[in-house]
Parts: sequence; structure tokens; C-alpha cells
Amino acid sequence: MIEIKNITKAFGKLQVLKGIDINLEKGKIYAFLGPNGSGKTTLIKTILGLNQPDNGEILIQNENIKNNWQYKSCIGYMPQIARFPENLNMMELLGMTRDIRKTASDEEKYISYFNLEGARDKKLKNLSGGTKQKVNAVLAFMFNPDILIFDEPSVGLDPVAHLKLKDLMREERDNGKTILLTTHILSEVEELADEVIFLLDGKIYFQGTVQNLVQTQNESNLERAIAQLLLQTEKKSKKLSFQAA
Amino acid sequence: MNSLTKIIKYSFYDTWRSWWALLYGLFFLVISATLLYFSGDFNKAIVSLLNIVLLLVPLISTVFGVMYAYNSREFTELLLAQPIKRNNIFLGQYLGLTLSLALSLSLGLGITFLLFAGTAEESVHLGMLTLCGTLLTAIFTGLAFLMSALFEDRVKGFGIAILIWLFAAVIYDGLLLTFLVIFNDYPLEKATIGLTLFNPIDLSRILILLRLETAALLGYTGAVFNKFLGTALGMVVSLGALLVWIFVPLLLFLKKVQNKDF
Repeated sequence: MIEIKNITKAFGKLQVLKGIDINLEKGKIYAFLGPNGSGKTTLIKTILGLNQPDNGEILIQNENIKNNWQYKSCIGYMPQIARFPENLNMMELLGMTRDIRKTASDEEKYISYFNLEGARDKKLKNLSGGTKQKVNAVLAFMFNPDILIFDEPSVGLDPVAHLKLKDLMREERDNGKTILLTTHILSEVEELADEVIFLLDGKIYFQGTVQNLVQTQNESNLERAIAQLLLQTEKKSKKLSFQAA
Repeated sequence: MNSLTKIIKYSFYDTWRSWWALLYGLFFLVISATLLYFSGDFNKAIVSLLNIVLLLVPLISTVFGVMYAYNSREFTELLLAQPIKRNNIFLGQYLGLTLSLALSLSLGLGITFLLFAGTAEESVHLGMLTLCGTLLTAIFTGLAFLMSALFEDRVKGFGIAILIWLFAAVIYDGLLLTFLVIFNDYPLEKATIGLTLFNPIDLSRILILLRLETAALLGYTGAVFNKFLGTALGMVVSLGALLVWIFVPLLLFLKKVQNKDF
């Protein structure tokens, strides 16, 4: 579904991605984990074509995404921060995206699912952060895309909406969609992820199921396993700097 | 309708509906009505109005342009994740904003004109003023967008965009005058024409004063334009230079965002 081949990306002197290779399959939820600055968002943005990689290539449904914009019609994206043109209302925003994508959409289903009926004619600037985030979710789901990308989707959502979003992700996974998720909430990962991709310092440090990760670290739960993983890497980098010295 | 026109349509709606666009239009309506009402002389009113347009239109376009470009950043990211060509997104936002600002200005000036029902000759003059305002809007919105693409830091981008306005509106004249005084002994006419091409505000002033034939107000640069190029050619040259002022920053902006990381 998504093939990422040896992607590197630097911003100035800062090397953010240092050779990422992964294959993401259909019908799975992939959780991208890692400390701040590990390259999660950069990787997601590279897949979306917001960033352009320095080296390597990305194939989506066997199509190289370089200098290509049509492939984005099979992606639904829910970004971390929801900000829209202030003076449009929700229906106009959805109408605009529908106008742009020209594919069949089912926004009504998701408007009622996320309880957004009351927000229809309100200007977007008057909606609360959480409500805007729900509008973002509607935008991601309404075109029934094959790939769904969520960048820390739970930020600002109330517990009910969060629960509903997670249910929807599972449902879409069962419908054969590929779902990419970055998050810092480990319970979300435990509940949802079929595979965990742990990024550290621009490289993939671990890839496997949650169980797998917990077992390899000899720990009782995911939180402890991740902490263990981070501790190990800290020790390693200390050792390296000691050797270098 | 292709994706470019759709982006234009929605950015236009978005700006057109904000209070600022309305206030902007209203300001020109009130100012032009007041000037026309009290001065009684259409040409005099036009010249006063010209000075206001030359100063304020570039400033407001710069401020609006920078604010719009930085504030719509997250939404631009969302648009970039949609199946649209990159250039269409940015060109669409630029045209949407430029059109709504130009429309506010034209309505402000146009309504006054209808209220006072001027003659055919006067309507041409007012048309020229509106045209200049529109060209200046397009130029300074483009420069503002370019600065926002060049500088990640909003304060820096905003500061430099305002400096460009300050330079064109105020400092440039002073520098030109100093230059003319220092090199007083040399024939400076051609150099002056060349230097004027570098300032869109001065160019617009010349364009409209050539049309009004208010020779006394042309100033040195305008007089040189008039003397060496004549009214018709002078107008063509200044109009052409203004168009270059629109397209160069716009093309640089589009080139910059084509490969920009978001």
C-alpha cells in the first residue's frame, strides 16, 4: 500500500530523517511513536507531500509521489491543529473540499456521528477547539479514502468524541483501510495499533506489535516497555559519546 | 470550474466577509464623499484622494497580505494534503485576497462617484484612480506574500514587508532628492526615469497625474516622464513597469513555495 524507501530529510544542518524504510500494508493501524523531535511529523508530512525528501522515494499504491498531486485523493488527513478560514461556516468548508476533490462524499453521516448538527451554519472562528477538531475528523473520513493519517488526533477532543474516533478507526481498519497514527497517548496505542513503529533520532528503532515490544523489553506493559527503550538508547548514546571522547 | 478558481472563490469569500474588508471599503467611501462634497472641484478632490490612495492602499495591502499569509498557514497545510496542484493553492489565495481588497476599494470610490454623478471625463479620472489602487493592491499583496514565504519568523516577515512599504512610500523620495542634489551638474533625466521604475508608488502617481494633466503636481520625476516620453508613451511605460512589479514578486513567491517544506 505505502512503500517508503530510504527516505532522508534535513532542515538546514538538522538531519531529521536518516534513512527510513518501511512497508505499510492494507487493513492495519500503524502507530508512530517516539520522543519529540524524533521525526514522526516530518515522516507523515513527507508522505502527504508537504515536505520533499532529500533522498529516497515513496510509492503509494505503486505510484511514485514525487511531482505528483493526484495520489492525495486516496488520503484523508487529520492534522494536529485545526485552523480554518475564519469567516466560512462548516458546511461551506466541507463544500469547498468536496468541490476540490470531486469524489463522492458522505459528510452527513459523520456530521451526525460526531454530533456537529448545531455547528452547521456557525462561522468557523466561533467554534471551540474541540469542535474544530471534530470538523477535521469529518474532513478526513468523508471521502472514504483508502489511507487515513492522524497526527495526534486526540488533542482537544472530549472523551466521548475521542472514543467515537477510536471506534471509527477500528471500523475503517476492518474495512481494509491503512491507518497511520502518531500519538503520545500510550493507552491509545495499546487499544488500536496493529503495529508500532518507534522512531528515534530519525531512524526506525523498533517495528512490531505492541505485544512484541513489551516482550522484547521484558516488561509488564507498553508504558514501561517504551520507558525501557528510551533508557537503553540514552545509555547507548552516552556510551558512544564516552567512546568518542 | 478548475481548482484554481475554487481556491480564489473561497479565499475571496473568506476575506470579503470579514469586518476589515468592509471597513476598508467604508473608509474610502467616507473619505472620497467628504473630499468631493467639501472641495466642490472634482480634479482637486481626485488629487487629494490620490495622495491618500498612494499612501494607504500599499500599507493596508501589505498588512493584510502578511497577516493572511501567516494566519492561513495551518489551513494551507490542510489544502496541501488535498489533491490540488501546489501553485493553484497559493495563486488562488493571492488572487482571492487581491480581488477582495480591490473590490472593497472600487466599491468605496465607485459609490461616491454614483452619489455625485460626475461627467464622462471625471469618471475616466476616477477609473484611473481605481486602476492605480488595484495595481498597487496587487503589487503590495504580492510583496507581502513573498516576504511571508521567505521568512518563517512572522515578526521578521512583517517587519521587512512594512520596511518595503516605508521605503517606497517615504524614504525613496528623500533618497532620490538627495541623489538629484548631489549630481546636480550632470544631465540626470534618463537616470531619473530609470530610478523611478524602481518605485511602484511613484509610478502610480505619475500614471494618474499624466492622465489628469496637472503638470504642477507631477513633481520632478513626473515632469521628466512627461517631457521625455510624452503623455501617451509615459503612461504606457509606467503602466508596463507597474505590471512588471506585479509579476516579478508573484513569480518569485510561486517559485519559492513550489519547493517549500511545510
